[in-house]
Amino acid sequence: MTASLTLVVLMAVLFGAGVTIMLERSLTRVLIGFLLVGNAVNILIYLMSGAPGLAPILADGVDPDDISDPLPQAFVLTAIVINLGITAFMLALIYRSWWLAQLGPKGDLVDDEAEDLEDAEEAADLIRSSAADDAAIQRIIDESDEEPDELDDELELEASARDDLDTRPPSSGPTRSPGKGGDR
Amino acid sequence: MMASLVPLVVLLPLIGAATSLVLGRYRRAQIAIGISVLAAVAVIAAVLLATVDAGQPIAVTVGGWEAPFGIVLVVDRLSAIMVLISAIVLLVVLVYAVGQGVADRHRETPVSIFHPSYLILSAGVFNAFIAGDLFNLYVGFEILLSASYVLLTLGGTGERIRAGVTYIIVSLVSSLFFLSAIALIYGAAGTVNIAQLSVRLPELPDGVQLILHLLLLIAFGIKAAVFPLSFWLPDSYPTAPAPVTAVFAGLLTKVGVYAIIRTETVIFSDSDLTVLLMVIGGLTMLIGILGALTQADIKRLLSFTLVSHIGYMIFGIGLGTQLGMAATIYYVVHHITVQTTLFLTTGLIERFGGSTSITRLAGLLKASPLLAVLFFVPAINLGGIPPFSGFLGKIGLFLAGADDANATDAAGDAWLIWIVIAAGALTSLITLYALTRFWNMAFWRGRSELEGYESVLLGSVQEAPGGDTITATRTTPVLMVTATTALAVVTLCLTFLAGPIFDLASRAADGLTDPSIYVSIVFPDEGEAR
Repeated sequence: MTASLTLVVLMAVLFGAGVTIMLERSLTRVLIGFLLVGNAVNILIYLMSGAPGLAPILADGVDPDDISDPLPQAFVLTAIVINLGITAFMLALIYRSWWLAQLGPKGDLVDDEAEDLEDAEEAADLIRSSAADDAAIQRIIDESDEEPDELDDELELEASARDDLDTRPPSSGPTRSPGKGGDR
Repeated sequence: MMASLVPLVVLLPLIGAATSLVLGRYRRAQIAIGISVLAAVAVIAAVLLATVDAGQPIAVTVGGWEAPFGIVLVVDRLSAIMVLISAIVLLVVLVYAVGQGVADRHRETPVSIFHPSYLILSAGVFNAFIAGDLFNLYVGFEILLSASYVLLTLGGTGERIRAGVTYIIVSLVSSLFFLSAIALIYGAAGTVNIAQLSVRLPELPDGVQLILHLLLLIAFGIKAAVFPLSFWLPDSYPTAPAPVTAVFAGLLTKVGVYAIIRTETVIFSDSDLTVLLMVIGGLTMLIGILGALTQADIKRLLSFTLVSHIGYMIFGIGLGTQLGMAATIYYVVHHITVQTTLFLTTGLIERFGGSTSITRLAGLLKASPLLAVLFFVPAINLGGIPPFSGFLGKIGLFLAGADDANATDAAGDAWLIWIVIAAGALTSLITLYALTRFWNMAFWRGRSELEGYESVLLGSVQEAPGGDTITATRTTPVLMVTATTALAVVTLCLTFLAGPIFDLASRAADGLTDPSIYVSIVFPDEGEAR
């Protein structure tokens, strides 16, 4: 069996670099390491097909000894597809892991919401009595968060907030200071 | 006719998975597809087993490409037994998972992804069992591993992501080992057809054979979780949802064990690593079970017993005799069902008691006698108490070992076998100790003895040591209990029908004593395999 020295060296470098990077703690690097080692293995499979030859098509006048071995190429193709799928999954996992790390230990907002849904519904009954007041305050907060350039929305909000405020005791009036929107 | 049934074992779950994915919004349709597909595979497997056991094993050349050029699917007795028991276990666990999904209003498992992944996992497991080709075996492994990555990280909570990353990276490394081994074997022998390898590999120099053999064993050893390569299992399995843990514990490691059986009996039947396998088997038993002793959490405890009991199978494979193989096959079947039952029961305990920790559970015997029975029977079965299949499997292995030790003239091997048998007996006792301790604490002691954690049985929210929060519901959904009971009954059947089943295992082992039997399935004409 003959093999290309360049490919052997390339495979060795990929193996070495890949294993080194895989030993790092960072997940992204582990993934890169996996990709390098995976490609090194692919080259190893390819090397096992021996010397390169003609395209593996048995037409008239083609000596079977002259053609390349097609089987390792099929292996490599399969391995590449599998690696692709696993890489995609790993990337999603790494992103998820990063996302959780960003939000801290209690960061799993999606699940917490689902878990707390029942409790929230119970709590909602208690809160509902003062819901009207809350809604009004919420609108005021929303209004103060609006960017000045969204004039149409702001005008609407101001109008609706004013309507609400008419029904509220005077003490809550100062919370809506006209300058607040402009500060931001 | 029979030959056309064989590919269905893999195709049906794959088609089911695709349909199930398309019907992601319709949970009832998904459930119906999953259950009918797995039931169909179980029926097909039973038919195949009956056919294969009656007469000729089946080899199917996929796509009409003759071996060794095409992909071959081989069903002999061992494959048929494995496919049948896996199909039964997968079906029961799916019913359990459906029960949990129906009962759980809290969405810890996004059901729309669960069913397709589960069916793909099944396809991978079945494919690995009937692969007659090393590369197809690799593809089977990759199919089941990819699906297992998804199942293990369902929901994407922090704990599961952390455990999943360990599991995935370890599995990837093992896959790379496997793929490198395939490349080198192809380079050395010019084929990946298992039957042809069995003929060609013995012609290679001993050193080359040893390296290739060890590479394959490392790859399969990581998957089967044998001792030095088992560190990942107790860290990753317990975090998954209960049905997922159960099916992983029952089946995935056994796929590795199956691959090791094939490696030892067919591919490298000539290259002898008996001593290595014996030593590893003994160490796996002892070190695994010592780990189990220190665990307060029942899921982790069971994961360690799982690792430990893989050692018995490795020991049986190491013996290499017909009796050893028969006992191993019986033990594999016993262990798949018993370990799955225990994990399913643990899932029920978790729901009912709100915790899986030995320090927080008490009084379950009074609270739920049925749960107590469902835990107690498989537990003492695993521990090897006489009437049960655990005892029969272990005694079978020990007898096979004793036979082998008496038969070998070389004194060196004999004392090693006796030591491993002693280790096996000790492991059995320690398993019993670890499980009865959990039984005593969780089931037998009264609630009054449990200080400070009275709320466990009052339906409050408790934190498991793993960090995830579980709500004790006080209700045990009928479907979950039924599924667990059904599997417990299967484990009892292994006891009542031990005679016929052991005879079947014995006939399966007959086919493993000589690699030429396997070769003749794929290449009926002698000399064609050259």
